[in-house]
Order: sequence, then C-alpha cells, then structure tokens
Amino acid sequence: MVCMELSGQNADIKSAKDLGLVTCRRCSRVWPIETEVCARCGHAVQSRDITSLQRVWAFWVLGFMCYIPANMFPMLQTRTLLQVQEDTIIGGAVELFHYGSPGVAAIILIASVVIPVAKFMAIAFLAISVTRPSKVSPHQRTVLYEVVEYIGRWSMIDIFVVAIMASLVQLNTLAAINPGSASLFFALSVIFTMLSAQAFDSRMIWDVQAEATDHHAGETET
Amino acid sequence: MTTQTPLDPDTLIGCPQCDATYTLAAPKSGETAHCARCGYRLIAPRKKAGMQIIMLSLTIAVLVIAASVFPFLTISAAGRSNSVSILQAALVFSDGILVVLALATAALIIFIPLLRVLLSLYVLTPVVFDRPPARGAVKAFRLSEALRPWSMAEIFAIGCAVALVKVTDLADVQFGPAFWMFTILVFLVVLQDTFLCRWSVWNSLDKTQT
Ligand SMILES: [Zn+2]
Ligand SMILES: [Zn+2]
Repeated sequence: MVCMELSGQNADIKSAKDLGLVTCRRCSRVWPIETEVCARCGHAVQSRDITSLQRVWAFWVLGFMCYIPANMFPMLQTRTLLQVQEDTIIGGAVELFHYGSPGVAAIILIASVVIPVAKFMAIAFLAISVTRPSKVSPHQRTVLYEVVEYIGRWSMIDIFVVAIMASLVQLNTLAAINPGSASLFFALSVIFTMLSAQAFDSRMIWDVQAEATDHHAGETET
Repeated sequence: MTTQTPLDPDTLIGCPQCDATYTLAAPKSGETAHCARCGYRLIAPRKKAGMQIIMLSLTIAVLVIAASVFPFLTISAAGRSNSVSILQAALVFSDGILVVLALATAALIIFIPLLRVLLSLYVLTPVVFDRPPARGAVKAFRLSEALRPWSMAEIFAIGCAVALVKVTDLADVQFGPAFWMFTILVFLVVLQDTFLCRWSVWNSLDKTQT
C-alpha cells in the first residue's frame, strides 16, 4: 500500500479546505478555491456542499413517508382456485416462516425491514453527528456511510422478487400472482433513501473533528 | 510544514470522500494508493487493465442483451407451463400507476447496466489503443460514473433465486438459460468495477495537463 502524504504525519493531514483549495469529488483533481466547475471532468465543485444536509433530510422524509404505506398496503396478491390472498411485506414473511421456509422469510425480513430501518437510522445519525462533536470516530462514521451507500441498493431486491413472481405465476385459473400497490411505495422509498445518502457530503464528517482537534490544541498551548 | 509555500493544485490529489489532500505520486502498476485518513481507494493502476475491462464490457453487453430475451425461469403446474424473460418480468407492473415501476425496473436491470457498459467501451477503447480520447468522452465517463449506483443487474440475479424458493410450493420451477447468464454477470460486474481505476481514466482524458 502506498500512501501519498503532504506532511508525513497522519495527524497533520490537511484538507483541501484548510489549504484554500477545493477538490473535485468526481475525479479527485484539486483546484483553487474559487473554481466552480472542474476543468478536467466538468463536475461542479464546491468546497463544502452547503445545501447537503437540507437535501439529505428532504429525501429522508420523503423516503420515510413512502416506507409507511409500503408496509400497510399489500405487496402481493395471490389468487389460487379457492381464494384470493393479499400479503403485506411482514405478513408475507410471517407466512413463509409458518410454511417451512424460515431462510427465505429471514432474507425478506432483513432486506425489506431490517435494512431499510437501519438505513433511516444510520443516515439520520450521520446527518446529526456532523453538526456537533461526536463520540463516534470519523473513521467509524466513514465506514458506516460506505456501508449505507453499498447496502441501500440491495433493498430493491424485494421489488424484483415481486416482478419475477408476478410474471412467472400466471397460470390462468390455476394460480396467479399480481403486484400490490405497496410495491410502488417500496420502490420509491428505496430510491429516496439512496438519494438521501448520496446527498450527504461525507467530507463534513472530518471537518467537525478537525475543528475540535484544532480547538483542543489551541487550548493546551495557551 | 509545507503550507508556507503556495501550493500548485496540479501537483495535488484530493480525497473525494474526506477532503484530505496529498502530493500526487502515482503508484506503480499493481499497487494501490489509499487515503491515509479514511481509506478511500484513490489510485489503483493495473497494467493491461484497459484491455481486460474492454473484454469484460463486451462480454457483459452480450450477456445483458441475451439475458433479457431468453427465459430465466420456467414454471410448470398441472401440465401448464410458463417461461418468462426479464422484459416480461419488468412489464408485469403494467396496471395503471405501476407502469412507472415497469419502466424503472427495466431501466435498473437492463438499460442502465447496458448503457454503462457502452459508455465505458466508448471512453476506454481509444485510450487503450493510444488514440486521442473520443468526442465527448469526458461527459460520457461522467454519466457512466453517475449511473453506477443505479445499475442493479446483480441484485436482480439474487432476486431470481429468492423468487424461485418462494414459488416452489406453488409449482415446479426451473432455471432458464438467462438465469445462468445473470449469475455470471454478477461476477463480471464486480470484476470490472475492481479493475477500473477511475483516476487513471480521468488522467488520460485530461486535456488540461500535458
Ligand atoms: Zn473533476
Ligand atoms: Zn480520505
């Protein structure tokens, strides 16, 4: 592993902001602070995205608002010879558990309940943590952010499963599965939470920390 | 400290994730430069990576197209059978408002992955063969990068497996050829992503530097 460092010591790492510069988040090119558009890749550059938290919360709220109907309305409607059955996400998982597929029930519960809820909590925590000194180290929070970004997409799996099942099980009178209205809300919820995570400016995680260290250093000197 | 001398931004590289700034020292092929503060992978050049990515991209393009027309699951119950392709799966959301979902599903599992592959071929082929970058290559690569989180072909593959288990008690289900194509796709997509050093691509497209 090669590390390129400006000043050798890990603790002395300077951010572009400290140096009066700005980094392009798309291509890592460094520019003078007044630059607005990266001349290499054309991406808009900003030292810190000042509207970041507003957008994070706006998408967070939208995502959360969609997640509630996603759990109340039926995700799947199963029609067999004898009956029509409508299942919500949790209802469907409970049913699967009773009919002997606890493994699949667990996958569904983790993908559609545990991960989305954990993701809402993680994004809220990150957004709050950058506004004040946090006990959780920036390193841990960065890992949390990376996990949220990586795993959020996987919540889409439930929508794909609904699509696959509904197209597959169309055996006329024998059995048919149709998607329920919850699928739309669930998909919207996943998309909004992904946008919320993307709106978060992860550089802020390190700023508060750097300010706190500076402040602390100043105190000990005097 | 080096901060007294005015810094030339051309000799620096910044971490997109945490804003740490380093003097640029491109690592040798096969080595990786990580951000010392947050661990972000800054530069990871690989010899012959360009050619490998082109081959992978071509394979992915062929697989995505083939996988979207061939059936990926076949169901049979009481003498009836039904095979579905991915396009059919996307089109089940065709009732009223769910049409939006049909379009989104088709985009996420077919069109966006395909578009990303085509964009990276367009950008990388001239670079690999030492030609000047293609017209609009910068825009093309930027779009490809922006679409990265929205390319969900590999998630769909896992979705197939889950759906299979869920319907086995209703009827007999068999994997079709497209399922295996998608399974291979999962690995290829991951491989392509690790081979690609974004910084190297941007650097080779850079017209502001000599
Ligand atoms: Zn740039
Ligand atoms: Zn970093």
